[in-house]
Amino acid sequence: MDVMPKWAEVVLVPLISLILAAILSALVILAIGEDPVAAVNLMITGALGSTYGWGYTLYYATNFMFTGLAVAVAFHAGLFNIGGEGQAMLGGLGVALVLLFVDWPHWSIAIIAATLGAALFGAVWAAVPAYLQAKRGSHIVITTIMFNFIAAAVLNYMLVNQLRPKGAMDPATARFPEAVHLPSLHDLLAPFGIAFSKAAPANVSLIIALIACVLVWLLIWRTPLGLEIRSYGKSGRAAKYAGIGSVRITMIAMLISGGLAGMMAINNVMGEAERLVLNAVEGAGFIGIAVALMGRSHPFGVFLAAILFGFLYQGGAELALWTSIPRELIVVIQALVILFTGALDNMVRMPLERIFLALRSARSKDVKAAE
Amino acid sequence: MNFLALFDLTVLDTTLRLAVPLLLACLAGLFSERAGIFDIGLEGKMLAAAFFSAAIAAVSGNVWLGLLAGIGASLVLSAVHGLASITFRGNQLISGVAINFLAAGMTVLIAQDWFSQGGRTPSLTDGGRFGPITLPFADAFSAVPVVGPIYAELISGHSILVYVALLCVPGTWYILFRTRFGLRLRAVGENPAAVDTAGVSVVGLRFVAVGICGILCGIAGAYLATGLQAGFVKDMTAGRGFIALAALIFAKWRPWHALWATLLFGYLQAIALRPDIIEGALGFKVQVQLLDALPYILTVVILAGFVGKAIPPRAGGEPYVKER
Repeated sequence: MDVMPKWAEVVLVPLISLILAAILSALVILAIGEDPVAAVNLMITGALGSTYGWGYTLYYATNFMFTGLAVAVAFHAGLFNIGGEGQAMLGGLGVALVLLFVDWPHWSIAIIAATLGAALFGAVWAAVPAYLQAKRGSHIVITTIMFNFIAAAVLNYMLVNQLRPKGAMDPATARFPEAVHLPSLHDLLAPFGIAFSKAAPANVSLIIALIACVLVWLLIWRTPLGLEIRSYGKSGRAAKYAGIGSVRITMIAMLISGGLAGMMAINNVMGEAERLVLNAVEGAGFIGIAVALMGRSHPFGVFLAAILFGFLYQGGAELALWTSIPRELIVVIQALVILFTGALDNMVRMPLERIFLALRSARSKDVKAAE
Repeated sequence: MNFLALFDLTVLDTTLRLAVPLLLACLAGLFSERAGIFDIGLEGKMLAAAFFSAAIAAVSGNVWLGLLAGIGASLVLSAVHGLASITFRGNQLISGVAINFLAAGMTVLIAQDWFSQGGRTPSLTDGGRFGPITLPFADAFSAVPVVGPIYAELISGHSILVYVALLCVPGTWYILFRTRFGLRLRAVGENPAAVDTAGVSVVGLRFVAVGICGILCGIAGAYLATGLQAGFVKDMTAGRGFIALAALIFAKWRPWHALWATLLFGYLQAIALRPDIIEGALGFKVQVQLLDALPYILTVVILAGFVGKAIPPRAGGEPYVKER
């Protein structure tokens, strides 16, 4: 029997964890001699006060939706995919190869091919750790960490030695052709008479990320495969008795996870930079962990958490611009969110469960007394 | 072709220097994981220790105070890890991830607040660093062929923490395999229920193990900032915590093997700095990216069990729930 009602499980626990993380972050800001209230105000105006701010917030959120979904799908199968960073790097490579070596007439065709390329490269990068976990029992957390570093080396090699245009100094590919530049939210909203900042990088990938959220929801909760993935994640042994193959589920879940992480590249590589640079991912793969934890691995939760982290990212950049608070404050907040919603979950849950138990026994006593 | 050039004395000297932080972090992970607590937060603990040791050494001018501060910072993060993974039975891996980010963010935040130098500490001068120690007779011996230069250049002339790290290897072996505490520590990583039945506190033992891990990570970080380099720079651990983790798997959780594994990985780092030597010795160019990735590739191969299977402590990663 569940001790807590569902609403407490889904809303109250993450909310309290978030508040704890926020209080600690405020203390950190106080400790470095800044005003937390002013900082929050600055973040809100910077990230949400203009369409320019919104454009950046949504751009970051798009990245985090993809990586958050990636971590969430793996979580459902009981797997911890720390390799989102590397898978997203490889996804970027896939996008760059698709766009540089094929002449695409129009962005709408190119984005389909780029999405497939990104997903394929990301999935391949997740496939090896998945296979080693499923077949040889190598711990997937360690192998995916190792694959992050190997991915960085691969990307470095490809950019420095292979894809860099002749004569160029910085390790990056050539710019993608004009035809495959993705329309930004400015272009998309203009026909509806909505004025949106031209400079902000949010683009049509946002819509693909939203579709991905819906598809992942359908997959996990509305298909037989989703049921198998969730059963395997809840109890591998029980799933085995139900005839669910562990190798098959591990592989499928990780391929989907890696594919989603890779797909992030259509936003940051194709949509924003319009070429592949060395540090294109900028830690978004790791933020996916915080996003998935906070969103309780539910696509809608991931959506909300991704927006929140998008806000934090854009707000943090504004803070770094206007105050002496460095951007690393966001890394601290991210760490606290992971700590409280992930590792210290029981610290919040245990006292809450006790309260709900006490409430319930008090209520049943009242009922008895009334009788 | 001249293969011997690959083992040039200066390269081996750098190998030892670069292997030391890996070795200390690897032994730190060994204590923790042998007790059943996975720790992917080695990186973060080292980073925090590197910053606080450099910061306190810079302010006080005393490197020993710096070392203490580094160990203290690392222990605080260990306590967080213990609280999350032992007391509240949370996910040890997630806790480790959080600790890495906490250290990465806080070090820059505090460095900026204290020193305003873009997330770094001021450069350390003489008293703030661990200087080289010349071992006895190093100068006298250096004239002796072969052995002399090896003694004088390779073995002598490192900072004290290098020798401390090397002594930690037999020390760890002795504690783990020749003391009652070590037996219990290993047992708590394999079968905590049995240790509990024997009337020994699982929680207590695991906290001690996590504490030792914190101390060793603290020394590793302090060595990075006050021995290997002269001050803290942002993200200066640069993945060393994860290479140490790789070395731990490579060594299959055994202290002497940890020494060989970290020396190997240290050598790969050292040789990557000297592409000229590789090309001179082998006659062809080796991509530096390949050398960077080699520790990780080797670890995956080992993990996959193609070259002897690496089996972690059985109760690793699982919180212990006392039976009622």
